[in-house]
Amino acid sequence: MPKLSAILTLSSSLILGIGGVWIAYNVDMLPVSASMNAPVYDELYRVLFIIGCILFIGMTALVIYSLIQFRRRPGETGDGIDLEGNISLEIFWTAVPAIVVLFVGLYSYDIYDRMGGMQPLMHDHNGQMGNQTERVWGGIGSGPIETTYSNNSSPLAIELTAMQFAFIFHYPKGDIISGELHVPLGKEVSLKMESKDVIHAFWVPQFRLKQDVIPGQPTILNFTPTKAGNFPIVCAELCGPYHGGMRSNVIVDEQEDFDNWLRENSKETI
Amino acid sequence: MTISLKPSNTPPEKLQPTGWLRYLSFSLDHKVIGLQYLVCGFLFYLIGGSLAGAIRIELISPLSDFMPREVYNQVLTLHGTIMIFLWIVPVVNGAFGNYLIPFYVGARDMAFPRLNAVAFWLIPPSGLMLITSYFINGAAQSGWTAYPPLSITTPAAGQIIWILSVLLLGGSSIFGGINFIATILKLRRPGLKLMQLPMYCWAMLGTSILVVLSTPVLAGTLILLSFDIVAHTGFFNPSLGGNVIVYQHLFWFYSHPAVYIMVLPAFGLVSEILPIHSRKPLFGYTTMVFSIMGIVVLGLVVWAHHMFTSGTPPWMRLFFTIATAFIAVPTGIKFFNWVATLWGGKISLNSAMLFSCGFIINFVLGGITGVALAQVPFDVHVHDTYFVVAHFHYIVYGGSVFVIFSSIYHWFPKFTGKMLNENLGRFHFIITFIGFNLCFAPQHWLGLNGMPRRVAEYDPQFQLINQISSLGALLMALSTLPFLWNVVRSILYGDNAGDNPWNALTPEWLTSSPPPVENWVGEAPLVLEPYGYGRRDSNESQEQKK
Repeated sequence: MPKLSAILTLSSSLILGIGGVWIAYNVDMLPVSASMNAPVYDELYRVLFIIGCILFIGMTALVIYSLIQFRRRPGETGDGIDLEGNISLEIFWTAVPAIVVLFVGLYSYDIYDRMGGMQPLMHDHNGQMGNQTERVWGGIGSGPIETTYSNNSSPLAIELTAMQFAFIFHYPKGDIISGELHVPLGKEVSLKMESKDVIHAFWVPQFRLKQDVIPGQPTILNFTPTKAGNFPIVCAELCGPYHGGMRSNVIVDEQEDFDNWLRENSKETI
Repeated sequence: MTISLKPSNTPPEKLQPTGWLRYLSFSLDHKVIGLQYLVCGFLFYLIGGSLAGAIRIELISPLSDFMPREVYNQVLTLHGTIMIFLWIVPVVNGAFGNYLIPFYVGARDMAFPRLNAVAFWLIPPSGLMLITSYFINGAAQSGWTAYPPLSITTPAAGQIIWILSVLLLGGSSIFGGINFIATILKLRRPGLKLMQLPMYCWAMLGTSILVVLSTPVLAGTLILLSFDIVAHTGFFNPSLGGNVIVYQHLFWFYSHPAVYIMVLPAFGLVSEILPIHSRKPLFGYTTMVFSIMGIVVLGLVVWAHHMFTSGTPPWMRLFFTIATAFIAVPTGIKFFNWVATLWGGKISLNSAMLFSCGFIINFVLGGITGVALAQVPFDVHVHDTYFVVAHFHYIVYGGSVFVIFSSIYHWFPKFTGKMLNENLGRFHFIITFIGFNLCFAPQHWLGLNGMPRRVAEYDPQFQLINQISSLGALLMALSTLPFLWNVVRSILYGDNAGDNPWNALTPEWLTSSPPPVENWVGEAPLVLEPYGYGRRDSNESQEQKK
């Protein structure tokens, strides 16, 4: 009998594990990934989803099984078994979540590092790095991702000013002011952001990046687009009545198209 | 086993009204105050729920077409504030705490009965003040978080009334916390040790420590914010050199523990309900106590996980990620222990049990998304989106509110001496459970795919999922009807419950239902094993005591 229950437990945990992995790989709940940051994010998401599915389905199954198996049958009286605790079992279910949490924490640290979260701030405006005395806070991705090291050119610097209820982009190179963000494909962009009035947030779901835009405190966000197209920029911090309407677009073009856009607009505005 | 205790010498207060009028009076009876909290909280729940309904109606279509945008922001601010400060916190702490704690420690009342009554009577006026601010000059519209500079630049009247009302409610909460700590530590019946108390006492002790340590910080922060608004000081106003991030740190230093102020008492209540209806001792009492205290300690050092996109430095992000994720360990222990409490029991699947088990399932999902949100890289994408909305509703509705309903089904016979109708109760559970999951589960997808929270208008691609969510909200609203009918009908024509319908061993059941003014005629029983189910000798000794 104990053998049978051991086999049952083992096989049901096996089914649960495989089921969790299967669900996580077959249920896709994320939008397209369009930045160098996004595949790294999706990897973390997948791992969290697998662990989450296993835990949730396992706990739900245990509760439902207990409710059915140990239900009071009609006419039954009396109490359940006198079981006040089991030290080894309790140590087991303290240790397992602790290990899982530790693993998740270390893994997400690794992801964070790969996204550039631990890099020193690399915002370089007009080559003045070093003698920049202004205090700047960086969002995740404000340091470069490994692969961009090979790319020797410095990031494209763009300034973002947020106000109720619009994002205004300023390109120091060419002195262009635009309501939409135009960026070249495959090149690192460094956004320096500051708000004129209340706190806003710059979010591009397809880039998996978000950073608050704060009045009185510049923040920066770096990213490298990897997919050409048109993606929404969403304000994600309650900023007033028209918060829901505070949206813009990021247009990721091939380098050539972007250069054309830059040239055409520079002429008009300078 | 029984130690005799002298009956209280204080004569019952002659001036107190009797009958239903005492529920409208400045009563000093902890049982009356408990029910005052419960009914008052439920009325505010209906108001907060109507506001949620208005939000879900607005979100049926992608355009802002149901109400003006300013009103939408007022509605979401009031919804959050009412549900947190006027419904869940007062009910899981004030209502059940006041009713049950004196029974559990073997006392005739709380340590400070007058302070207790003051704590309750602060709630209705501040709640009414908050709601009437809508009719005066528009309520606050900067969300329940009231982040400056938005809260400084929106119309001042509503924001100031909001601050005053939250300050009063915070005061009420602190009074309650002090009272619970004093009662649990100092009014225990002689012979009753701390480690023999029912688990809810431990939950309330932990919660009250959090209340007393963190609520004053919120009060101080809101006073500074009100200076910024009325006296044009510059604490949080960047145009006067203030720092908006400091506000967020101070605010979340209270408001993250506030989550535990809402769920720890719920954990305690579930720990009382599960053993009684599965006729088994609570599994792992000692680990449960330590995990409550672990949650209290960790709960105080995780606040900055609400600020991962605010430009916090990397070391801070890492520290708060690890600390937050580790809360899953003591919380996990509690959940495994509850399942182990069910295991091998003789479970009566009644409404109280259904809501408690619904709570376990919902809260596990909320806890899993919580661990995910603690990871900085994950949070950076979904912070301030509908994913977060789904997560915390799984915690506070799927968690705390399910437990409140479970507790009402469980203790209603004690409150009134009448049974609630079980069929209506099960029906109530089924619609609530389906409606709740239909409403909030799809919101995870909305958040991951790009819908921010607190918006009146959204990308049309999200319309279908929002409509499904609104349908779930409609079911949740309808589920209140069988519950209300059940309560009214049971008070009028319900079956008599007898003193101890669940055949329970905890001390509140060892007296008449409803209990006399001083809780017991004669001495208080000494219950050393509140969870001694399945032990013949223990049952017999309890019988003898009666």
